[in-house]
Amino acid sequence: MNYHWNWSIFWELSPDGTHTYFATLMLGTAWTLITSACAFTIALVFGSIVGVLRTTPYSWAMRLGSLYVDVFRNVPLLVQMFLWYFVLPELLPQALGDWLKQLSDASFYTAVVALGLYMSARIAEQIRAGILSLPRGQRLASLALGMTLPQAYAYVLLPMTYRILLPPLTSELLNTIKNSAVALTIGLMELTARARAMQEFSFQVFEAFTAATIIYIVINMLVTFAMRMVERRLTIPGYLGFKAPAVGH
Amino acid sequence: MFAHFDFGEIVRSLPYLFYTGMTFTLLLTALATFIGIVVGTLLALMRLSGISFLTVPAAAYVNLMRSVPFVLMIFWFYFLVPYIGQWVTFSAQPLQVGAFASSLVTFSLFEAAFFCEIMRAGIQSIPRGQVAAAQALGMTYPMVMGYVVLPQAFRNMVPVLLTQTIVLFQDTSLVYVISVTDFLGAASKVAERDGRLVEMYTFAACVYFVISFAASRAVQVLQRRTAIIR
Repeated sequence: MNYHWNWSIFWELSPDGTHTYFATLMLGTAWTLITSACAFTIALVFGSIVGVLRTTPYSWAMRLGSLYVDVFRNVPLLVQMFLWYFVLPELLPQALGDWLKQLSDASFYTAVVALGLYMSARIAEQIRAGILSLPRGQRLASLALGMTLPQAYAYVLLPMTYRILLPPLTSELLNTIKNSAVALTIGLMELTARARAMQEFSFQVFEAFTAATIIYIVINMLVTFAMRMVERRLTIPGYLGFKAPAVGH
Repeated sequence: MFAHFDFGEIVRSLPYLFYTGMTFTLLLTALATFIGIVVGTLLALMRLSGISFLTVPAAAYVNLMRSVPFVLMIFWFYFLVPYIGQWVTFSAQPLQVGAFASSLVTFSLFEAAFFCEIMRAGIQSIPRGQVAAAQALGMTYPMVMGYVVLPQAFRNMVPVLLTQTIVLFQDTSLVYVISVTDFLGAASKVAERDGRLVEMYTFAACVYFVISFAASRAVQVLQRRTAIIR
């Protein structure tokens, strides 16, 4: 092998003139975490709404919900990012489109929206599966007690569902963090993008990617650990066995 | 909204998009799925073997692949494959590999980790009694796996394997990051050459949608038809 290892590269100054390469990777980590956190919030909110829609007794709501899921699941995330970033500003009225294009951190906002909506379709599927896994009697009993349908969802069905769904939601959170790397294509300087930039400037390919890989693994372990703590406090005894289909990344 | 939408641009670039781009995408999807399932099944057998020098590396590999972004792995392999090639062929210089070979290695090895988990679930879905019965009949391990367990595991997992293939098909768009001309890469090249981003990306999204949507509906039908009534 004629590759020259140089692990001290991390302490050298990066081309931005103020940060070491190590510091740039940490900045990237921060962007990855912020983007993922915002996107996951959007994903949870929209995913819950759509998931609930698909379990209501109204056929229009079910159809709307499945249309939403079909659209966001069947177009690759990268293409969705491009649509939000390059296509949307052109389709809006001139002034609004120009404002969007000139927005500082435009790639961040775009990444959050694109990733959030993409993940929301997958979370909607989980929520739907979770609600449908509850015994039918819970819905019927709430309605028989005089609750309206929204009340039944808010006080009975959804609290149960979230607690059952903690393990699959944890893996969707991890997927969100991993998928945030796709945002480098629209110029977001998150972790993978920083590692790539470091490789381009310093030619230390494997050091840069090793560091990024380790950081992702650490994030993964921390999130898994934290969610396990949450699970231990919140799981409902007797409902541990629920397993949603494990497909995708 | 569609006042400036140039449909002619799409029509003119159709041969390039489909002949160059889509061929690459579909070929990559098919080959990577095939190799991915083969390697994934081997990994699953390793993980279930109960022999620690097989289970530990297989589990470590699968967990590593599952905890890093695919984009990062694409970069890894893009730079690593020439060195692996050099090591395998004992040549003096890092091996020059084409875009297709590099992408194929990346996708096969990455997706193998996901196919491994699917196959592992499939193998575990076969009742233990069947393995015991096969062994009692005097079958060796390869016979038990080859004649009894794996055929049923595959049958049970076909819908999940196909769904993962659709995910893989969508993921092939990520080769964009190493400037490979797949379907999206072709669309993006035309878009940037002619300044027609709206047309090309909208069209690309529609094509991906139609293919993935039709495929996932087909999988649902297949699932209903092949389900074993228990």
